[in-house]
Amino acid sequence: MSVKSIMIVGVGGQGTLLASRILGEALVCEGFDVKVSEVHGMSQRGGSVVTYVKYGDKVASPIIEKGEADLLLSFEQLEAARWLPFLKTDGKVIVNTQTIDPMPVITGVASYPEEIIENLCSAGADVTAFDALSVAVEAGSPKAVNVVLIGTLAKRTDIPKETWIEAIKNTVPAKFLELNLKAFELGYNK
Amino acid sequence: MKKILLGNEAVARGLYEAGCRVASSYPGTPSTEVTEFAATYDDIYCEWAPNEKVAMETACGAAIAGARSFCGMKHVGLNVAADPLFTASYTGVNAGMVIVTADDPGMHSSQNEQDSRHYAKASKTMMLEPADSAECLAFTKKAYELSEKFDTPVIIRLTTRIAHSRSLAELSDRVDAGLRPYEKNPGKYVMMPAMAKKRHIVVEERIENQIAWAETQAVDEGINTVEYNDKKIGVITAGICYQYAKEALGDKASYLKLGCVYPLPVELIRSFAAECETVYVIEELDDYIETHCLKNGIKVIGKEAFTLQGEYSQSMIAKAVLSEEKPCLSTDLPIPGRPPVLCAGCPHRGLFYALKKLNVTVSGDIGCYTLGALAPLGMLDTCICMGASVSALHGRNKADENNSKKSVAVIGDSTFIHSGVTGLINIAYNKSNSVVIILDNSITGMTGHQQNPTTGLTIKGDPTAAVSLEKLAEAVGIERVRVVDPYNLAETENAIREELSTDAPSVIISRRPCALLKKVKHNPPLKVDADKCRSCKMCMKIGCPAISMKDGKAVIDFTQCVGCNVCKQLCKFDAITD
Repeated sequence: MSVKSIMIVGVGGQGTLLASRILGEALVCEGFDVKVSEVHGMSQRGGSVVTYVKYGDKVASPIIEKGEADLLLSFEQLEAARWLPFLKTDGKVIVNTQTIDPMPVITGVASYPEEIIENLCSAGADVTAFDALSVAVEAGSPKAVNVVLIGTLAKRTDIPKETWIEAIKNTVPAKFLELNLKAFELGYNK
Repeated sequence: MKKILLGNEAVARGLYEAGCRVASSYPGTPSTEVTEFAATYDDIYCEWAPNEKVAMETACGAAIAGARSFCGMKHVGLNVAADPLFTASYTGVNAGMVIVTADDPGMHSSQNEQDSRHYAKASKTMMLEPADSAECLAFTKKAYELSEKFDTPVIIRLTTRIAHSRSLAELSDRVDAGLRPYEKNPGKYVMMPAMAKKRHIVVEERIENQIAWAETQAVDEGINTVEYNDKKIGVITAGICYQYAKEALGDKASYLKLGCVYPLPVELIRSFAAECETVYVIEELDDYIETHCLKNGIKVIGKEAFTLQGEYSQSMIAKAVLSEEKPCLSTDLPIPGRPPVLCAGCPHRGLFYALKKLNVTVSGDIGCYTLGALAPLGMLDTCICMGASVSALHGRNKADENNSKKSVAVIGDSTFIHSGVTGLINIAYNKSNSVVIILDNSITGMTGHQQNPTTGLTIKGDPTAAVSLEKLAEAVGIERVRVVDPYNLAETENAIREELSTDAPSVIISRRPCALLKKVKHNPPLKVDADKCRSCKMCMKIGCPAISMKDGKAVIDFTQCVGCNVCKQLCKFDAITD
């Protein structure tokens, strides 16, 4: 199989790393060669964070560049717009409609763009947008937003649902398993 | 069994499988997780050292005593540890000694972009560079073999994309390397001129043997690999750049991948280059391999086609070599940047706000608090390297003593222990009226919460002796030592004002644990009473990511706010409530 590329983007602290870990785990279970590239350290502190996930028969480079992603999973609206050029021209976007003001907006030197979702669509992307934060709250905790979004992503891949559930069991701490399985289910049905 | 491992995790697995017994490191992105994962194996004694020099000397001592040893650090940490490295090259090791240095091309989390390969050459040791997690594991094990074969420390060079990428690696069992006998041998281990002169001869002979190994056995052992495809383009590369080149050029090019980047082979490169029409050297940062080729009369294209700066990628290579580019989507939206920020509830915020009010010059250091340089706080004037805040403040105050009334140094607890304390000794000894503020958040923060000598816990979470910062400061000769809570803005501001106006050196310990620590209990999030909010934006001046303006009124994001109350102290209209 040729290499598929998924980007997970968001704001440091939103739990994108756990999402990429679950995804990586599920892909390994399916027998793919997998590479997941993360950036730790300074950019974690409220900055724009990005994780690259690539899988197929044999993956060389762990990073994804402009025009290469099959799917862009964004935890926040502005980040979806920022990373849109990384999508293939026929790629899919899943975006949480939550907005988090970056510091230049907070300090008033820039403004948060309006109608981001409409712009993503008119740029030609296939967009699924919903408020994953409310869904996470419904599942029991706003922190489960990452697993809600993994659920939505899961539905759009060829990987069986059982594999995803197994991957979640292998990745999240036991005491949060019930919450996360509920979050996954709610996201899956979006 | 195959498992998906972070590059750093794979190195740790390699340490375990190779029978490493002693590991001592100082945290630094992107190297930190090697030692954190190593600490999960009970068979490896693991520790966080106060700094990289101590870590490397510990590893030297353990190796000479006969235990396979390890130390890990980021690229700039190797500067700190360079002193023992250069002489460990002369003493050799007895049992194997492996060093990880993790470079950060692109500076995701660093203050410079230095290329550590020069250190292997300068110290005349040996350096391997893996290209994925499988090689991280395999090369670490090989490094112990080579270290013992050639009697030299062996450096594993990682870069961010290797250290922080996950890929599959094959796991095996641990080999018990045992303890090698130690025999007293001053001619080998006591480096003073008479002995060192003789050891230098041994080092030069050793390098010849290492080069011979790199030419032939390194190929048989899968460290240096040659892959012939289309010979119109030849690529000489190493580490992550091999993966980028392979993805960009596939079978349209042939590859010489150098897993051993010091010493480099000559004839292996010459014969590969002779087979190919046009030969590129693809290497991030400096023209290290290229210079070696040119010195040996091998014609290659290197930095004339590729940059000396930042990270490389498959598209950069495809564009430079094949002139190919991929189409992509775009919007016309203006996209504001999203720089990293001090977290909601960060104890450094209150301190920086107090410094801003006092309008002082701030000699800064390396840690989360370096983010205090960014808007809206904008409070750092300098940041050079670990520990430099304290010594550079002393220099500033010696340059013009009037500076001491309006300048301070800020340094974290871990950084202070790392190399700030020597600067403080200098302040006391050489009498400058400097005000040093230690930002004690009870953890090494920026690298992701590592214990340090001030926290009272070891890397494994076991209780141990804790350095008292107050007593340490007093012991070196600082008479004025006080502690403030940075969540209390008035107290913090008053303390700094008083110390600046006093003609004596002083230490202020700004003490409050990192808000992200699990042990820290958060208060319920604060709220803004929209009727009372006058839109004055005073609360926005502290740069808290939880506060924003919506429809002209301040709002507090309940998912981020930890109830630190700093913003509440700024609101003149009591609009911020519990």
